[in-house]
Amino acid sequence: MSAQSDFDAIPNGPAAAAILAAGIGSFALGLFATLGDAFPAVGKFFNFYNPTGPLSGVTTSAIVIWLVAWAVLGRSWASRTVSMATVNVLAFLGLLLGVLLTFPPFMDLLQGK
Amino acid sequence: MEITLRDFLTILHGMGFGALFMLAFSGAIAELYRMSAPGVVARPGGYENALLRLYLAAMVIVAWATVLSGAYIVYRWYRAIPPAGTTDLATFPQRLLMASKTTSGWHSLGMEWKEHVAWLAPIAMTMVAYVFAKYGPALTRQRQIRAAVLTFAIVAFVATGIAGAFGAFLNKFAPVRGGESIILMQGE
Repeated sequence: MSAQSDFDAIPNGPAAAAILAAGIGSFALGLFATLGDAFPAVGKFFNFYNPTGPLSGVTTSAIVIWLVAWAVLGRSWASRTVSMATVNVLAFLGLLLGVLLTFPPFMDLLQGK
Repeated sequence: MEITLRDFLTILHGMGFGALFMLAFSGAIAELYRMSAPGVVARPGGYENALLRLYLAAMVIVAWATVLSGAYIVYRWYRAIPPAGTTDLATFPQRLLMASKTTSGWHSLGMEWKEHVAWLAPIAMTMVAYVFAKYGPALTRQRQIRAAVLTFAIVAFVATGIAGAFGAFLNKFAPVRGGESIILMQGE
């Protein structure tokens, strides 16, 4: 089997896992940023490294969520073919929410400021 | 000619890693589209695939270097809290910006958005690099995977642009200064 055929034989599961996990990670980033901004106790919890403040915990936690989601989905879908339409809708939704939830005026709107 | 350590590391973060990452996008998006477009006449060879895989891997490294250097080196100087009674805020950029209504927006909108949205880029580009490494030219027949890869790459580009633009403005209005002086060359 040629290298070209090797590429063609791969099911879409590994790509779907990586794409959906990136959407989940993006959403987690926005969600944690908003929660840290809205609730002082959450902001304090995310203060993993004092010189960088809550940003350290917000980003570290989002990265952990992203990598765990990728590992779990990647293992589950390693040899499967899944519905890419559904995966893309969920991933794009996560990405869109991630961008919106990091945008300060949108954060303020949600908090009623 | 000299530069302070903080100036140097801020330039390395923004103009070194950040600008390099930004510049690399045009090539990455064009090549990803060209090599995976459904109507492609001649399928790219092994050399071209390997080159794009290497290019994307380098982008991933630079993307992570950008956000990590920003958050863990430059940002801690940016948000440093001045001792009580300090009147000269030149070495406390966040406090300097927030001290005036005419500049506080650069922090409350600019930095608050930049410090978070920038992290979308390395997450997205890591996924893009992985998927291309895994599927390569087979993406020509995986229309929806290709759409996701290109969408995430474009959003990463926009996020980097937002972070870079605000970074440039922030460094204009309240530069991160201080630290040891590095003498680059002696004047005449």
